[in-house]
Amino acid sequence: MIEIINLCKKFNSHIVLDNLSLNIPEGQTTVIIGRSGVGKSVLLKHIIGIMEPDSGQVFVDNQDISKLTGKALVKFRMKFGMLFQGAALFDSLTIGENVGFALLQHTNMPRSQIFERVKECLEMVGLKGVEGLKPAELSGGMKKRVGLARAICTKPQIILYDEPTTGVDPIMGDAVNELIMELHDKLKVTSIAVTHDMISAYKIATNIAMLYEGKIIAEGAPGEIKNAKDPIVHQFVTGTAVGPITQKDGTVFRKL
Amino acid sequence: MKDQLKGLGTKIISFIEYMGGTTVLFAKTLFWMFIPPIKKKKIFAQMYSIGVLSLPIVSLISLFTGMVLALQSAYQMQQISAEMYIASLVALSVTRELGPVLTALIVAGRVGASITAELGTMKVTEQVDALETLATNPIQYLVVPRFVAIVVMLPILTIYADFIGILGGYIIGTHKLHIAHDMYMQMTYDPLVMKDFFTGLLKSLVFAMIICNIACYEGLRAEGGAEGVGKATTLSVVTSFILIIAADCLFTALFYFAF
Repeated sequence: MIEIINLCKKFNSHIVLDNLSLNIPEGQTTVIIGRSGVGKSVLLKHIIGIMEPDSGQVFVDNQDISKLTGKALVKFRMKFGMLFQGAALFDSLTIGENVGFALLQHTNMPRSQIFERVKECLEMVGLKGVEGLKPAELSGGMKKRVGLARAICTKPQIILYDEPTTGVDPIMGDAVNELIMELHDKLKVTSIAVTHDMISAYKIATNIAMLYEGKIIAEGAPGEIKNAKDPIVHQFVTGTAVGPITQKDGTVFRKL
Repeated sequence: MKDQLKGLGTKIISFIEYMGGTTVLFAKTLFWMFIPPIKKKKIFAQMYSIGVLSLPIVSLISLFTGMVLALQSAYQMQQISAEMYIASLVALSVTRELGPVLTALIVAGRVGASITAELGTMKVTEQVDALETLATNPIQYLVVPRFVAIVVMLPILTIYADFIGILGGYIIGTHKLHIAHDMYMQMTYDPLVMKDFFTGLLKSLVFAMIICNIACYEGLRAEGGAEGVGKATTLSVVTSFILIIAADCLFTALFYFAF
């Protein structure tokens, strides 16, 4: 169970998270939706503790993550897997070393065993025989899949996905969705995905939360969010250009 | 007036922030240096890239500097028939000043810029964040190997530059100015004391810490894509150059008055 309590974060004078509170139930897939630049990735980085809030707390399994240091912090981070928006693969390492990075750094597992696991994870995301290549030799979509293989390599209890389907073709996007669902169904992994891909959100989510102006303005099952009466949520999930969101932030779409 | 004061205030705050940031990074680097596991493989790889790959450029610049120093001083020395002192002048200038400072400037330009560009790119592409999510401290993994490598390799490069600089002076002295080989060698060794050599090495050690600290700090705080990395790299080299010259001035004054 992840509890986010009154989280505040601003960059210079720009408020990104404004007293945000959210509970993420264990073993479920929570999807956080919202417009680009609304602070979804910032929220994920607070959950895993790589960004410090101005105020507020994040509790993971009743543990305040801001209090963790040393070995406890390593143990905590090993519980997590994270897929970054741009994959964030290490350029100087091979794909195999990237995927097995955490196991190579923090466990005493034999290298052969680690690379067996690496192979297995790469196969789960539809990649074969790429272990010896460098990230620069892969396409954007392949990098993203390697990022996903890296996120699941340590068999984490919690996986954070930052735009899991962005930058991959629709077929691979659906395969990624299937994989997220499989991890949820078979391994009871707690997943948090941030996305603005509503097809993906409806498919993978057990719970959807919408982030708007630094706060969670709506929360519920996919069906509830899909049929929400709130005009802001409705405009976002239906993907309409004109509505309260664009009116409020002053976005004007000029006609040809 | 109000705007000017505000501008001045902002600059002072940025300066204090910069000093604080680099000091904290330095302290954290020293702390993580002694926390296992020690990344020997990464340290050796950095030593090769920082030290061995800098040899050609250090050789070339040191040799030419030694040669130019001998040639320029020959103008004056010949007028008072004191050409034999050229050897002493070259030896002292190179070991006390030019060896450590030029080598540090070369390394700041070649290695410092590359460290900032590499870490900056890793920062803006979220690779540094990814390291943290994989339970790896970026300072231990990225900064410490570079710091250890540069602190070991810069003094070695400085000793090498001292020899090559003296060799440059020797080539001009014996071949162009026709100073006898034995005389040149004797005039090189005679004025040199161990203190000259060690003060040069001490300077290079401090320069190494400056180069690595500034380069890593600028890299790890880079933001704003390719443009941000470019700015960070320029700032890293310029700041390192200024600090190297300032530290050199401080050390020279200190050694001159204190010892």
